[in-house]
Amino acid sequence: MKANVRDSGNVSIIELKGKITIGSGDIQLRDTISRLLDVGKKEILINLKDVTSIDSSGIGELVGCYTTVTNKGGRLRLLHLPPKIQDVLTVTQLITVFDVYENEPEAVASFGS
Amino acid sequence: MKTKHVAPVTLSIASSFDNIELAQFVCDYVLRPWSLSADTTHAISMALREGIANAIKHGNGGDAQKRVSLTLQVEGDVFRMSIGDEGRGFEPENVADPLAPENRLKTSGRGIFYMKTFMDDVRYDFSLGGTQVVLEKKLVAEEPE
Repeated sequence: MKANVRDSGNVSIIELKGKITIGSGDIQLRDTISRLLDVGKKEILINLKDVTSIDSSGIGELVGCYTTVTNKGGRLRLLHLPPKIQDVLTVTQLITVFDVYENEPEAVASFGS
Repeated sequence: MKTKHVAPVTLSIASSFDNIELAQFVCDYVLRPWSLSADTTHAISMALREGIANAIKHGNGGDAQKRVSLTLQVEGDVFRMSIGDEGRGFEPENVADPLAPENRLKTSGRGIFYMKTFMDDVRYDFSLGGTQVVLEKKLVAEEPE
């Protein structure tokens, strides 16, 4: 998995590409979030558009990152959820935990509220 | 939908997560003649990956010396895969419900739930030592355009 981070205002956008599966990308996501929190960046948007596959470990990492960011007083939101990942989040009732957006400007603006 | 049978294809892999990709490749190859729907392909892939990851992590405790077996078979329009490990087995009834409010935000514990959700039937056999999980799914072909 590749993770590219860029800023839009005070929002850090993490663009993920590839698989978030056990042994491949799950730890990398956690490390990326940790580095952002270490430098005080707490408004985080994860773009999942180019994520090709996710498993329960990847879902666990997303949940863990959400909890970590929230506990630090930040906010973590999701952008461009592929249908298969939406299915995987829906069946475990996690879709209601995350704020999900289909449009980047709208997602970035949501952090202003 | 083709109804030909596929004689069992058996794979024995070392307990390394990298080998999940190998198992996925073999499974895709076995099922290629069926031109499966995207939903069926995703369901089988999800269950395969969860089953092998569980066998490596929980069954074999990540011990690279222990093996994971995978058997793939098609009978009629039913796909069956069996995943075996060399662990000590477990009690399925003691597995926590990931939908329970107290478990919803846990970082693990969803693998078996996903297998049950995405496959038609999931059962366990502990009679051979270790855990043998047998998963079945009716094959659904892609709709012709």
